[in-house]
Amino acid sequence: MEDNTMNKLLDLLRQNARLSNAELAAMLGSTEAEVAAQIKQLEDDGILMGYTAIINEETVDETRVTAIIDIKVAPMKGKGFDDLAHTIMEYDEVDTVFLLSGAHDLSVTVTGTSLRKVAQFVSERLSTLDGVISTATHFILKRYKEKNHVFSEDTTDERSLVSP
Amino acid sequence: MIDYEKIIPDKVKNIQPSGIRKFFDIAQQVEGVISLSVGEPDFKTPWAVRKEAIRILEKGKTAYTANSGLAELRSAISDYLRDTIHTEYDPNSEIIVTVGGSEAIDMALRALVSAGDEVLVPEPSFVCYSPIVSMCGGIPVPIVTKREDNFRLTAEALKEKITPKTKALVLPFPNNPTGAVMRREHLEAIAEVLKGTDIMVLSDEIYSEMTYNGAKHVSFAELPDMRERTIVINGFSKSFAMTGWRLGFAAGPRPVMKQMLKLHQYCIMSSPTVSQYAAIVAMRSCRDEVDKMVEEYDMRRRLLVKGFNDMGLDCFEPEGAFYVFPCIKSTGMTSAEFCERLIYDKKVAVVPGNAFGESGEGFVRVSYAYSVQHLTTALGRIREFLEDIKK
Repeated sequence: MEDNTMNKLLDLLRQNARLSNAELAAMLGSTEAEVAAQIKQLEDDGILMGYTAIINEETVDETRVTAIIDIKVAPMKGKGFDDLAHTIMEYDEVDTVFLLSGAHDLSVTVTGTSLRKVAQFVSERLSTLDGVISTATHFILKRYKEKNHVFSEDTTDERSLVSP
Repeated sequence: MIDYEKIIPDKVKNIQPSGIRKFFDIAQQVEGVISLSVGEPDFKTPWAVRKEAIRILEKGKTAYTANSGLAELRSAISDYLRDTIHTEYDPNSEIIVTVGGSEAIDMALRALVSAGDEVLVPEPSFVCYSPIVSMCGGIPVPIVTKREDNFRLTAEALKEKITPKTKALVLPFPNNPTGAVMRREHLEAIAEVLKGTDIMVLSDEIYSEMTYNGAKHVSFAELPDMRERTIVINGFSKSFAMTGWRLGFAAGPRPVMKQMLKLHQYCIMSSPTVSQYAAIVAMRSCRDEVDKMVEEYDMRRRLLVKGFNDMGLDCFEPEGAFYVFPCIKSTGMTSAEFCERLIYDKKVAVVPGNAFGESGEGFVRVSYAYSVQHLTTALGRIREFLEDIKK
């Protein structure tokens, strides 16, 4: 599959990973077999890492809470940030770990069943790690837009049902 | 007591209410309908354009503009036409900014049609041409376009309908409802027939940006020697998703545009000011957003064409606009029956083809101005509908 088409394929999957191979093939002007082969290739190459659903979590469980934690790190001799990042990654409560430029070093998101659980995790597990100088915890109060999906906006179609 | 029957002129009474209107009234009665029957984009007007409008309103620019439109906008339109259809139009005397392509069509026909003149209208096509021609006292003459010609106007069909009374030919391509496109060779065949005649051409190019399969839009006006007889109509509604802004334009030879401007001055004075300012931004800096929209439409188009053909409804591959026009004759129902049953049984609304002319009977118009999600759901329900009626 040529690059242009492959990029469009990735774009379509970014928006909706549940499109069938037949639907993808139709939209890209390709064949089901080619699409299946390309997807397998992308999976094998580690480019397509997974497929997940975007869920409006607060509507499922009201008390569930996510926090974005900025961590200042003293990088260990000869090891940089990787070791610490790997250690933090191991925890199930941790959804994302990024190394950032700027005032803080690592940015971590943590999800827990309650505010207290998340605060506990940060104070008992994260702050105490070797190399962590300080943490700054920010709880998400309201989500507006995530992964290009808009939360709770009125998305009704305002157009007339039928127009010429 | 006023007797309105006596007061209202026959020529007004005799205009048929549009078949689309009728179908709309039916659709309104059903709850939870998945519509596939709109004729406008699902995209919002590009944010940069909306911001410009807000800025203009904040500055209080709410007075009339020059009759023919803001000079800067006419200049942008002139550049656009040079760019896209490789034809020069003087912004000062050959371009008018109108209230949508609709007003441009109205002004053009009123400037050209005398009582008794015949105007050739390919069908199926958009519903406005014939009523306007009738209101001018003219005679609309339908020319049938056929599935086997991919709904293109052929030279043969045209020749058959030309009479000494023929004043003008309407060329509505890319076409609503069929999605048909006239490529250069097809337009050349038409030019061959019209050469040496006095027949004018009204080229309604409102869907010019929506072309696929490498079929870049060619205007009749750009063919050798055809500029002098062609009024080019286009606008912002479909390309820039600005339907509600009511803005379009007409471009053509000076002597005709002069007359159209007169009518425009008396009837409209000037087109909406805020829309005009916003349109300048659209034309000068939002062309890649248009490209993105068209790419998106293209994918949906392919999805629908395949979907309908897979279900056993022959659907030719349209090269323009945002409609597919599948044939439903294999179900044994008329277009009206098919659409009514589909809406009552499966709550999916598609427009009966004969709302666009008798030659649309046996077809339905399906719009793909919707998200992929919406389209796949609707296709699924239509599939179920077809299985149900087989039983």
